[in-house]
Amino acid sequence: MKKYLHGFFRYRFLLNELVKKGIKLKYRRSYLGIVWSLLEPLMTMIVLTLIFGELLGKGDKTFPVYVLSGRLMYSFFNLGTGAALRAIRGNAAMIKKVYIPKYLYPLAGVIFNYIIFLLSLVVLILVAGVLGIRPTWYLLQAIIPLIVLFLLTLGVGMILATVGVFFRDMEYLWGVMSMMIMYASAIFYFPEKILKGSNGIILKVNPLFGIIRNFRAAIMGEPMNVKYMVYAAVFSVISLIIGVVLFYRKQDEFILNI
Amino acid sequence: MSKEILKVNHVGMKFNLSKERVDTLKDYILKLIKGQLKYDEFWALKDVTFSLNKGDRVGILGMNGAGKSTLLKVIAGVFKPTEGTVTRGGKIVPLLELGAGFERQYTGAENIYLYGAMLGYSKEFIDSKYEEIVEFSGLRKFIDVPIQNYSSGMKSRLGFAIATVVDPEILILDEVLSVGDGRFRKKSEEKIMSMFEKKVTVLFVSHNLEQVRRLCNKALILSEGRVISFGDIDEVSAVYEKMMEEDPDLMSGKKKKRKVMNR
Repeated sequence: MKKYLHGFFRYRFLLNELVKKGIKLKYRRSYLGIVWSLLEPLMTMIVLTLIFGELLGKGDKTFPVYVLSGRLMYSFFNLGTGAALRAIRGNAAMIKKVYIPKYLYPLAGVIFNYIIFLLSLVVLILVAGVLGIRPTWYLLQAIIPLIVLFLLTLGVGMILATVGVFFRDMEYLWGVMSMMIMYASAIFYFPEKILKGSNGIILKVNPLFGIIRNFRAAIMGEPMNVKYMVYAAVFSVISLIIGVVLFYRKQDEFILNI
Repeated sequence: MSKEILKVNHVGMKFNLSKERVDTLKDYILKLIKGQLKYDEFWALKDVTFSLNKGDRVGILGMNGAGKSTLLKVIAGVFKPTEGTVTRGGKIVPLLELGAGFERQYTGAENIYLYGAMLGYSKEFIDSKYEEIVEFSGLRKFIDVPIQNYSSGMKSRLGFAIATVVDPEILILDEVLSVGDGRFRKKSEEKIMSMFEKKVTVLFVSHNLEQVRRLCNKALILSEGRVISFGDIDEVSAVYEKMMEEDPDLMSGKKKKRKVMNR
């Protein structure tokens, strides 16, 4: 343990550089730069509100906040796991040359997407303010889903990073799976009706659903749904443990497969 | 003599070579069902043991595919050996495949920091050596240009300048004494020579016996992943010359003898 901590501090600067690289390269070629990651969710929010607002939003005035919060969280999960999945193959040239603890690559991929996600929450605050949502003490609860979301993304990301080295088609498979997760996260519809029905289990097993639901509750000033939150937290921690163990067991074989 | 700085202890490196590459889940499941998931084991290195003292300069000789590059990568820590251990007593600078591993979209300046971080330098260290690196690479005019617009020679020059800015205890060279154009080659040779004088330990792969004789005090011959001979340069080069003259069959004969010795 002490050895790992020591290693972590030794490579802090490298982790820094890798995170910086992710953020820089994402916006290097775009004219609007980082503004783009604020504008893009805003535009999706408008589109989703226009299309689903009447149909699924039941004319709720705060529906844009509902859509935007779900969409921001899902999009971090999607981008973070995707970055981790490609982390080892994408850095193959470097891995073949110099020894670096390999977990730094997926970790950096998840962290840089998390930073962009946190920045893009500014849009959410603005939209919520404009639509007349005022902060309550419940807002402090938002920190819990935010932390659990990071752990979940990192855990799933570590598993994917390992599997992705050995199976190239994982990327397409994950593309389909993450689409399924998106539909089961209640991003642009209210889930109450489904939860009552026999298909409610689809939402309940999805940890992202519970995370997003609790994040929204914190914004809207409602108490936490403890059952969903505990399930999501346990799921995230277990996936992180599996991810780390799998990664450590297999990392010496990576080089032979990239 | 002086202290031991690198110890390679019974190192073996096994590769699983599959006849057809299975790297998708689809192929894997199909082959698993059909029972075709077979691998050929291949030992790129087997029972390699030697140790170096501080200031030793060893030339690694051998045919193509003898395991020379694999050995260097095991020593550099890139490959983890299947069996055996490598004990390193100091900072290693590997000059392998210079210029590979740069971020293409980054400028030269940004790559100095990124690449430096990968080699384990601290930010303060790079800050203090930044000028020296730029100066040595001779790329000041292009330092704010993305690497993707560099020629391969320019990339190697930058890679060489970053990697050699530290004083390593162990230097690993994979025939990189031919970096860039004539002028830079001279400069890089001088740099390596100055490192040699600082009593750095050098591992150096070459096919050129003359070069090895000129630069090294020890040599090691690898054949099919095994050490055929290791010792002072005169001894070993005599063995190597004899090997070159004779037929490869004799090399495998020697190998068997060696095996008996080790067991």
